[in-house]
Amino acid sequence: MNQMTPARPRRSEDGLGPNSDIGAKLRALYGQVQDEGIPDKFLDLLEKLAEAEEKTDGAKQN
Amino acid sequence: MAPSRISRTAKPEAPKKVRPEAPPEPPSFKRELLATLPSLRAFAVSLSGKHDKADDLVQDTVMKAWAKQTSFEMGTNLKAWLFTILRNEFYSQMRKRGREVQDSDGIFTERMSVHPSQYGAMDLADFKKALDALPDDQREAIILIGASGFSYEEAAEICNCAIGTMKSRVSRARTRLQAMLGVTGEADYGPDAVSAQVTTTPHFS
Repeated sequence: MNQMTPARPRRSEDGLGPNSDIGAKLRALYGQVQDEGIPDKFLDLLEKLAEAEEKTDGAKQN
Repeated sequence: MAPSRISRTAKPEAPKKVRPEAPPEPPSFKRELLATLPSLRAFAVSLSGKHDKADDLVQDTVMKAWAKQTSFEMGTNLKAWLFTILRNEFYSQMRKRGREVQDSDGIFTERMSVHPSQYGAMDLADFKKALDALPDDQREAIILIGASGFSYEEAAEICNCAIGTMKSRVSRARTRLQAMLGVTGEADYGPDAVSAQVTTTPHFS
């Protein structure tokens, strides 16, 4: 019916909106990495950082 | 039934250490950091061109961000803050090491064989090459605006430049990409849409 839906105002000026080939390909490439999720090593790293912080905080309180 | 990869508690092994009391709720800094990591990684790959280097960069960024978290105001833009740290880290490492030649068939190309999107692999590989051919400042600009989802204001802050500069970088990047790919922009898939159908082998299914 209405195939020419205008892009949202913020994006219409830069030509990277939903109807843009370049915008869609950019997001496809980016999404390939993004969709991999978070590797375990980063979860472990954050776990360790949080643990270390707890210990430090505990030491400060005593 | 895909397991949640963001789950902090779903560790394959039981925790080795016995805590004296129940672990407190993770601080929201950590939670927000985790939520931003997938996008931060994608940005790191786009900067460094390689997965292993990108992950080193993300790791350095996480450590730095953690150490500096007291200087971050909760409720403000953590994503932009993390991207700024990562970008600064990347360019500072580049200056130290000197520019290394980027892998022209980088990891994006590699991933495409296992993760085909709506586009044919050939189509995206060509696009990746065109993207790699852009000057660094234009490439990061169009990625931050077009893929990371930042506003011009945020992207300008991340790249430490004026908003007008950011707009002009994005505009020049788009123009160059269109010229290299032979498309005219909005909803124009050009002859590539046809050639992709012909050249893409259907061995994915």
